[in-house]
Amino acid sequence: MSIKHGLLALLAPGPKYGYQLKAEFEATTGSAWPLNIGQVYSTLQRLEKGGQIEADGVPDDDGRVIYALTPAGREELAGWFHTPIAQESRPRDELAIKLAMAVNTPGVDAREVVQAQRRQAMSSLQSLTRAKAAVPDEDLARVMVVDSLIFAAEAEVSWLDRCEARLRNARTEKTPEKEAVQ
Amino acid sequence: MTANPVLELRNAAKVYGGGETLVTALHGATLAVAPGELVAVRGASGSGKSTLLHLAGGLDAPSSGDVLVEGQSLGSQSRKDLARLRRRSIGYVFQDLNLVPSLTAAENIALPRELDGASAGEARTEALAALEEIGLRGVADRFPDEMSGGQQQRVAIARALIGARRLVLADEPTGALDSETGEGVMRLLRARCDAGAACLLVTHEPRHSAWADRVVFLSDGAIVDETTADAPTVLDLGALT
Ligand SMILES: Nc1ncnc2c1ncn2[C@@H]1O[C@H](COP(=O)(O)OP(=O)(O)OP(=O)(O)O)[C@@H](O)[C@H]1O
Ligand SMILES: [Mg+2]
Repeated sequence: MSIKHGLLALLAPGPKYGYQLKAEFEATTGSAWPLNIGQVYSTLQRLEKGGQIEADGVPDDDGRVIYALTPAGREELAGWFHTPIAQESRPRDELAIKLAMAVNTPGVDAREVVQAQRRQAMSSLQSLTRAKAAVPDEDLARVMVVDSLIFAAEAEVSWLDRCEARLRNARTEKTPEKEAVQ
Repeated sequence: MTANPVLELRNAAKVYGGGETLVTALHGATLAVAPGELVAVRGASGSGKSTLLHLAGGLDAPSSGDVLVEGQSLGSQSRKDLARLRRRSIGYVFQDLNLVPSLTAAENIALPRELDGASAGEARTEALAALEEIGLRGVADRFPDEMSGGQQQRVAIARALIGARRLVLADEPTGALDSETGEGVMRLLRARCDAGAACLLVTHEPRHSAWADRVVFLSDGAIVDETTADAPTVLDLGALT
């Protein structure tokens, strides 16, 4: 997840303090990805070094700095918005790896792994749907973030449904006579 | 503590055919739906979802076990009483819609109210309100074959929701709808339940089943799983709302 570009976007309307950026980032994303202030300042430092932001005027009495976008920062931000995020740039999927291992590890019932995971995913999907009902429709940014989590959870449930069906078919094909006597 | 269930299945089973062609569509299913509750049913094609709903709506009798609506066993009702109970208390959205082709959208929706003794004028007013609620103001006087699949589906939903039905049974009510329209229908069903109705919903879309208080999963005619909204989500880790 790109904190860097998120911060650049929040600076687009005008200069801001670091603590303001933290609060606005969380408000915009519906607190789905809370930041710690240390992360915010270290990212700001990197952006300043890279010439994408600069201190705007002198620090205030408490030593706090207001940051502003530079032209290079604006260009970076525009590039981010215009470039789709590549599928393969997402992190390795622990769940897919776990299921691949479950299928091939003796003594592990892959169907049980799938069902337990699906219970969890379905229940999260229900919780997210409830949370969404509490977000006002006008709050577009939050609604869209919650929708993204909902669609991702749904994709996981659908994929697990498919995994379960595959495992069931594989089992009935492998052991028809065993199935028949049970 | 909990109110008496509106719908109760007690070990209800359904067997079709016999001998060589015998199919057990539903093994003994036990399930209760309380007023205000929305229960979703998931499961692969052929797992017995529609069979379960048919039994719940009295469209078909269980081979064994019992089905109760508002505390009354459907098996002990006369045909006439059963028909009345179905008309008054149960709204049913069929998987294949079952709209009457020779009636307009508004007439289809008004039909159960008229059969129930409402005047034609009253029934039409209610039907128009129901169409409005489901976002279909313009199609009141169109016949089913003059509407899109998604419009017909919403007419079928409006027909099931009209009047003060205490039990709503919906079989894939969002199958022909786009994501946003489908969500609108789910909001409507949820609102009905929040107002006190009991609802049993069959859907293959996990996103729609997530509106339910409980999600049951059918596999080869048996309820194998049930989930509620108790898993923490990434949102709980932050401070949303
Ligand atoms: N009238 C019937 N006569 C014989 N078998 C039937 C009949 N109705 C359903 N079945 C069988 O009962 C089983 C369950 O069917 P059902 O229609 O309940 O499935 P479903 O879960 O609703 O599937 P779908 O998702 O495809 O609608 C299937 O094996 C089906 O072939
Ligand atoms: Mg069906």
